[in-house]
Amino acid sequence: MTGHRTMLYSALLLLPATVLLWVFTYQPIFTTILNSFYSTPRGRRPSVFVGLENYETMIADPIFWKAMTNNLIYALTTIPFSIALALAMALLVSANLRGKGLMRMAFFTPTVLPMVAVANIWLFFYAPDYGLIDKFLGLFGMGGNNILGSVETALPAVIAITVWKEAGFFMIFYLAGLQQISPTLIEASRLEGAGFWQTLWRVQIPLLMPTTLFISINAVIGAFRLVDHVVAMTKGGPDNATTLLLFYIYQNGFAFWDTAYAAALTVVLLAILAAIALFQFGYADKRVHYR
Amino acid sequence: MIESRTSPAESIVAFGGWILALLWVSPLLYAFWTAFHPASYAVRFDLLAPWTLENFARVWHAAPFPRYFLNTFLLVTLILCCQFVICTLAAYAFVCFPFKGSDVLFMFVLLQLMIMPEALLVENYKTVARLGLLDTVLAMGLPYLASAFGIFLFRQTFKSIPKELEEAARLEGANMFQVLLRVFVPVAKPIYIAYGLVTVSYHWNNFLWPLVVTNSVDTRPITVGLQIFATIEQGVDWSLITAATILSVSPLLVAFLLFQRQFVQSFMRAGIR
Repeated sequence: MTGHRTMLYSALLLLPATVLLWVFTYQPIFTTILNSFYSTPRGRRPSVFVGLENYETMIADPIFWKAMTNNLIYALTTIPFSIALALAMALLVSANLRGKGLMRMAFFTPTVLPMVAVANIWLFFYAPDYGLIDKFLGLFGMGGNNILGSVETALPAVIAITVWKEAGFFMIFYLAGLQQISPTLIEASRLEGAGFWQTLWRVQIPLLMPTTLFISINAVIGAFRLVDHVVAMTKGGPDNATTLLLFYIYQNGFAFWDTAYAAALTVVLLAILAAIALFQFGYADKRVHYR
Repeated sequence: MIESRTSPAESIVAFGGWILALLWVSPLLYAFWTAFHPASYAVRFDLLAPWTLENFARVWHAAPFPRYFLNTFLLVTLILCCQFVICTLAAYAFVCFPFKGSDVLFMFVLLQLMIMPEALLVENYKTVARLGLLDTVLAMGLPYLASAFGIFLFRQTFKSIPKELEEAARLEGANMFQVLLRVFVPVAKPIYIAYGLVTVSYHWNNFLWPLVVTNSVDTRPITVGLQIFATIEQGVDWSLITAATILSVSPLLVAFLLFQRQFVQSFMRAGIR
């Protein structure tokens, strides 16, 4: 086939995807960056170039820093917890246990539920006085907690839900990873006298490194994307204790209609995501050897 | 299976596994229990409490759930069909009609894996508003129609198809579209099913973007409908809220329970990159 024909076919085949990706991914990236240097148009007042003013506001904004800190805590706790649980779950359901199918189903079920529904169910557990958790604590004379209403416990409560929902999802990737490890390797290590823990640490975990890396990158992206439960349960409160970066963007954009400030916040989110992307393409792919 | 010989250590592991599994589903089980029992039992657990469907009847009348289900169904169908077509075409181009710079273009496509439409919701809202599409099912689907993940997955699959198959079809006089439809798509069928299940469950559950672009009952999907239902002060009627929640998740949950193995395998197949 001639080069021109190939080019024409290619262009036609790629047209729909390119247009859509341009309109909903690339163009918004550019306009977001651009808009972050302008003020929000209000009423008859059009937007004007304000330079770095939005960013100055941001640096002086305690809620922004609160959101960033919360997001960092959220990422640094949900990721290790859900990864460790996912690995434990995968090892459990890949061991030769009775009823492992049911077990796998139990772990995976939260994954197919919408986060909003999950949040509703957990709202019920977290409710003060009659919620299951507070009732349980009440048995030990520690009742009367408003888990989602107190600054200290609201974020951990949100984190617990995320771990509950994500661990089963990550388990799937570990299951796939475990299947690729040749059983002879495990047998060999057993024959040499390695116990369960030694085999886990010396053979399985090192061989699962690419999977772990893949999961962690997904988890980091997830930590900056997932706010459904915040919208459904706490609206960022109490006193911004559960405000995450994307939730704060949503709040500024659609509750306060301060789109310029939302744009500046989005630039920060984009920078974080770009950093993850660069890390994945540049560093991680080289460090972890794929077989 | 051979006769199972269980050592004490294995029994302990199995026991631990069962405890964890039970703990994992207990929130869901308790929600079920509450939804099927009278409101007076919502906060006190009693194994002998009478079962009832009344909560569901009340929920069904309290909000237009059939409409919400229909909207979600339309949304998911729209996204699934368009993604299949758009991603297939793009992947086919990348594999069979490469040109100078198509690798670079592919890298640009992959960027969407990191920067998903949710991150850009303010700008995307403006775009949809400019197109005059606010509060439509199309608006809820548009940012997701060209999925980088789909393009990536189909490209991987198409690449693994032997060139001979394609050439044989061409020798028999098949044109470009016939080759795609008779050779590539049939071979990739398992990947289409896997990707389809992942996409359906993702978009059935998607919330933030639909919340932003919809504001009427006529377009709201089930997730947004459920959220609005649950935030209206129902005098915190937990039976009603859990019933609404169970109702909303039931179609996907039933599908999952029936086709559990396929779901898990789909997530596995679609997830490995």
